[in-house]
Amino acid sequence: MQAKEFKVKWGMAIDIDKCTGCGACMVACQAENNLSPIEDASNKIKVMNWLVVYELSNKKPFPEHDVAYLPRPCQQCGTPPCVSVCPVIATDKNEEGGIVSQIYPRCIGCRYCMAACPYHARYFNWLDPVWPEGMEKALTPDVSVRPRGVVEKCSFCHHRFMMAKDKAIVEGRDPEALADGEYVTSCTEACPNGAIVFGDLNNPDHQVYELARSKYASRLLERLHADTQVYYISRREWVRRQLDNYLDNEKVKG
Amino acid sequence: MEKNYSLPADHDLFPEGAQRCSLMKFTVWMGLVGVVAVWGLYAAYKVLSTGLGVTALDDYFGFGLWITFDLAVIALGAGAFFTGLLRYILNIDPLKNIINLTVIVGFICYSGAMLILVLDVGQPVRAWFGYWHANVHSMLTEVIFCITCYLIVLIIEYVPLILEQKQLNRIPLLHHIAHNLHVMMPLFAGVGAFLSTFHQGSLGGMYGVLFARPYVFRDGFFVWPWTFFLFVISAVGSGPVFTVLIATLMEKMTGKKLVSWDIKSLMGKIAGSMLFVYLIFKFMDTYGWIAHILPNAGLTYDQNFYGNIYGQWLLWAELGVCGVLPCIILLVPSLRNNPALFYSAAILDCIGVTINRYVFTVQALAMPVMPFDTWETYAPNWAEWGSSALVVAYGAIVLSLSYRYLPVFPQEKKLNATKA
Repeated sequence: MQAKEFKVKWGMAIDIDKCTGCGACMVACQAENNLSPIEDASNKIKVMNWLVVYELSNKKPFPEHDVAYLPRPCQQCGTPPCVSVCPVIATDKNEEGGIVSQIYPRCIGCRYCMAACPYHARYFNWLDPVWPEGMEKALTPDVSVRPRGVVEKCSFCHHRFMMAKDKAIVEGRDPEALADGEYVTSCTEACPNGAIVFGDLNNPDHQVYELARSKYASRLLERLHADTQVYYISRREWVRRQLDNYLDNEKVKG
Repeated sequence: MEKNYSLPADHDLFPEGAQRCSLMKFTVWMGLVGVVAVWGLYAAYKVLSTGLGVTALDDYFGFGLWITFDLAVIALGAGAFFTGLLRYILNIDPLKNIINLTVIVGFICYSGAMLILVLDVGQPVRAWFGYWHANVHSMLTEVIFCITCYLIVLIIEYVPLILEQKQLNRIPLLHHIAHNLHVMMPLFAGVGAFLSTFHQGSLGGMYGVLFARPYVFRDGFFVWPWTFFLFVISAVGSGPVFTVLIATLMEKMTGKKLVSWDIKSLMGKIAGSMLFVYLIFKFMDTYGWIAHILPNAGLTYDQNFYGNIYGQWLLWAELGVCGVLPCIILLVPSLRNNPALFYSAAILDCIGVTINRYVFTVQALAMPVMPFDTWETYAPNWAEWGSSALVVAYGAIVLSLSYRYLPVFPQEKKLNATKA
């Protein structure tokens, strides 16, 4: 399959060695994108989190034991496994900087896209979203609240992209050539260590351009050829080995 | 004429020359089935009114019991289209003695599957979007089109049987409609075989195209992954014997002979032959999966199994005990003509195809693809069991009413007269 390419390709470079697993990105994402709390948040596979921080371990005993944290937003694949399977074109990979979209009013809730995604990046609204009293006043007005029965996912805070483009148009600039930092996701903004860098992967003026091409950068499950737009950076070989299913006899890159 | 009070109160509605149990006994049976149906209706009501949160499904297992159940009953209901194909297109005449039952079983399986799908989709009111916003690249789109069209074909095939009910058939118009529909049946059998082949295949294709799920992903033949063909052949390798098992169950419950042994044996031979073809391709497919697909994904064979719940035993049960073994029994005449062995083989065959649909649905999702991810387990809860039981109860009701009032079994009168 050929990856879909666009002039602008929004992507992320996440430095795993800088991530402390604090979870600020998850909280920021939750608040920014109107993710409703659920009654039993201890049920981690029914709870709403567009971005999840995974804990990785080298599985060695102390003192060689080492851990790493891997924030996982939607990987915005170049060849998204989810898009081709959706029977109603509720999800698509389009010109919007290569962000995989999700049209909530069209989704029929068949969850075929969830079965297709190996990253578990898609979430289903199992129940009606309920907002604790007062909390509904803090909802982000630019993000639609999803009803029960549809699939949702990280959109790289697409509403921020729209706002950045609008601003550029009003100021008479080219909305296809936004400056570095003009459009960033809420998780990028919230990360206290600057572990998440966001920008146009095709624009050499953006910091992410260089980071994605670093010899320590690799993508999750690269060998499945989903051509994701999220790059992970780590100088630790065991971490890079865990990003893809490396067989014991295979040499990791970088 | 004097009334015969020893006959059941509704005997005027029975097929010509057929004997049935008393209305009271029938009502008690329907009441028992009705209790299960009411439980299922309550489960369905909870799902529709509260949302899928009441089920045990989660973000790992978007597909669970319902999809397994759907795939299994649709495979087992394949007796309808395949027997129709053999009877009307290839002119295997003896199959006329079981074709009515295959149509009813097919209708129950397909309409039951659609009932479950209504519960399974998060937005049932938007189900028609599958036609309106159809994505031609999605195998599920093909399933949506074929399954609904084929259900219409099954209804068209079922209608003449209903019109042949003794009292209805006395009305000249209905009699003529039934007769003319019968004349046109080869056309519908052909259309049904075409539609059913494609949607059985697309159900398999649905999994085969999941390139990011190495447990089920398969390379393709043109636009179709291998699973497309495997699902079709496995369905026709089990559907015919499932119909025979239903007929035999009805015989046990009613105490009457309904289908002669030679017809059952013929159905077994047909299923055995298709199962043989299926197993050749399935073993080749399994080898290709282990030797190419898994290494390409950086996975080893052992990584596809976990503990007892997702253990290798499922694979060997499917291929060996429920594959090779029933295939041998169904193909060797001396073994096939031993009823105990024949029915055991038929049951194993049906279990095998169900295991296949289960592992494709549940184990494929349970298996971690990201190296740092973990195996998850899934067990359906009462809401899923209840609504699945609703479909079984619905099937029992349709079958019971059809048997009591419709001329389903052409051999019934003769077989039971001989017995008497």
